[in-house]
Amino acid sequence: MAVLFANLNFRPLYFRREMKGSFYRAKEVTRITEIISVHNLSYAYAKSADAPVLSDISLAVHQGEFVSLVGTSGCGKSTLFKIIAGLLEPSSGELRLHEISATAKRLGQVAYMPQQDLLLPWRTVLENCLLPWEIKRSRSKAEVTSQVIELLERLGLAGIENSFPHELSGGMRQRVAFLRTLITGGGLLLLDEPFGALDHMTKREMHSWLLEILDELDKTILFITHDLEEAVLLSDRIYLLPGRAGGSVEEILVDLPRPRHSKMNYEPRFIELRAELERKLYDNTAV
Amino acid sequence: MITRLFRKNLQNYGPFLVLLLFILGLWEMLARIGVLPPFILPGPLSIGTALVENSKILFGLHLPATLQEVLLGYVLSVTCGTLLGLGMHTWRPLEKALYPFIIISQTIPLIALSPVFIMWFGYTLWSKVAVVFLTAFFPVVVGAYDGLQQKNHAYEDLLRTMGASTRQILLKTRIPLALPSYFSGLKLSMVYCVIGATIGEWLGGSKGLGYFSRRMAGNLQSKEMFAAVVLLSAMGVGLFLIIAMIEKIIFKKRGFHK
Repeated sequence: MAVLFANLNFRPLYFRREMKGSFYRAKEVTRITEIISVHNLSYAYAKSADAPVLSDISLAVHQGEFVSLVGTSGCGKSTLFKIIAGLLEPSSGELRLHEISATAKRLGQVAYMPQQDLLLPWRTVLENCLLPWEIKRSRSKAEVTSQVIELLERLGLAGIENSFPHELSGGMRQRVAFLRTLITGGGLLLLDEPFGALDHMTKREMHSWLLEILDELDKTILFITHDLEEAVLLSDRIYLLPGRAGGSVEEILVDLPRPRHSKMNYEPRFIELRAELERKLYDNTAV
Repeated sequence: MITRLFRKNLQNYGPFLVLLLFILGLWEMLARIGVLPPFILPGPLSIGTALVENSKILFGLHLPATLQEVLLGYVLSVTCGTLLGLGMHTWRPLEKALYPFIIISQTIPLIALSPVFIMWFGYTLWSKVAVVFLTAFFPVVVGAYDGLQQKNHAYEDLLRTMGASTRQILLKTRIPLALPSYFSGLKLSMVYCVIGATIGEWLGGSKGLGYFSRRMAGNLQSKEMFAAVVLLSAMGVGLFLIIAMIEKIIFKKRGFHK
């Protein structure tokens, strides 16, 4: 019985769906389960005598949430992603993904979008998006192809399925990479600075676009960024990871209403949150 | 359209053609003046005449013989070279054990080995193919192996998060990434094949352009010898261009942009 409760891990619901109005409220007054729970997780490179990349990290992500990880360079955000995706194993501590059993391999279960778009240059957009299917082959090709075409349309990319990545702009490539991540399947997306390489204007465009489709997607998203404004704009909650010097994870609740739009960054509450985040980040690194 | 194509080709090959014509003209002039006796350096025109005069045996007998050796040797080299490169990449102990041997095989002077080849294979086609193979498989192995070693860890990590097996990673990222290096090996190997076949025919035989050129040189029939050399070289260029064309078609189709 105790085990059962540990897995369900009731916690108050304080994010997106609750704010969307009465339609969801009735259903989700009940609390929602955690998707990822991380307890006292540490990671150090096996042969290195340096301080561990991650030490004693604890955090949780709930169903349907958009959670951002913010921290100084080298604080291990990407390493944490690699651990969650199953590319690395933690040195100590506990990591649970509640969609899959504790003993199963995490590789192939979590959709991971790395910093660069990593579209294979010798494959067309469609072939790139079919890559996750080629590896798993759990559905028919026609089914996945029509899903890709439909998603391309929804992402404002209709008609480019036979183009090669080098023919596309940076923003388009990033959207295609995002689409491929969606095709990978699963309810959980790990996005590692997906807009980091884009110029300011393209980035703003991508934000509007992502905010627009976020609700329809019905995914849980864990997001890494260096851009505090981006973090506040997109997230339900923000985790501040400590630098290498140590310290603990800090959590900031972004209580801006949804649906959001990319012009909210001049509203007082937004500015307040951004300032708080910046101050905490500064305190964190000044240790 | 046609004039544009013509202009583009003129831009690409014009300087080469001008220089070629200039060299040929100078050469012909030197030969005509009589500075050098014709058996030392025959003029281009007399070489051309020799080529036409001997066209029947050159094109009917010797060219097909050499071409056969080259193609057989090439197919063998590419097959074995590719398998070796792939094997060495996928199984480390094989690489550790074989790489030194492969390099040693390239340091052996082929001429020194020739009596052994003749003993093993006689004056047959296979003694020549053996020489071709020994010279031409090396660039294929190195091209395939080095190409496969140029991994892109970011792609591989991404594929692994999708649940890809080692085999799938090899097929979906490593092999496509290895293709440019592999094709460099294939092109080099093609040229080496022509050289190998010529050497193989020198060692002993009764037909082939290498054999013909050597026999003519022995008789001081320089223009016939040069005619055979011109043919050999043209054959090498032609075969090289075929491989280069295949490479270009594949890369263009696959969106590689160089």
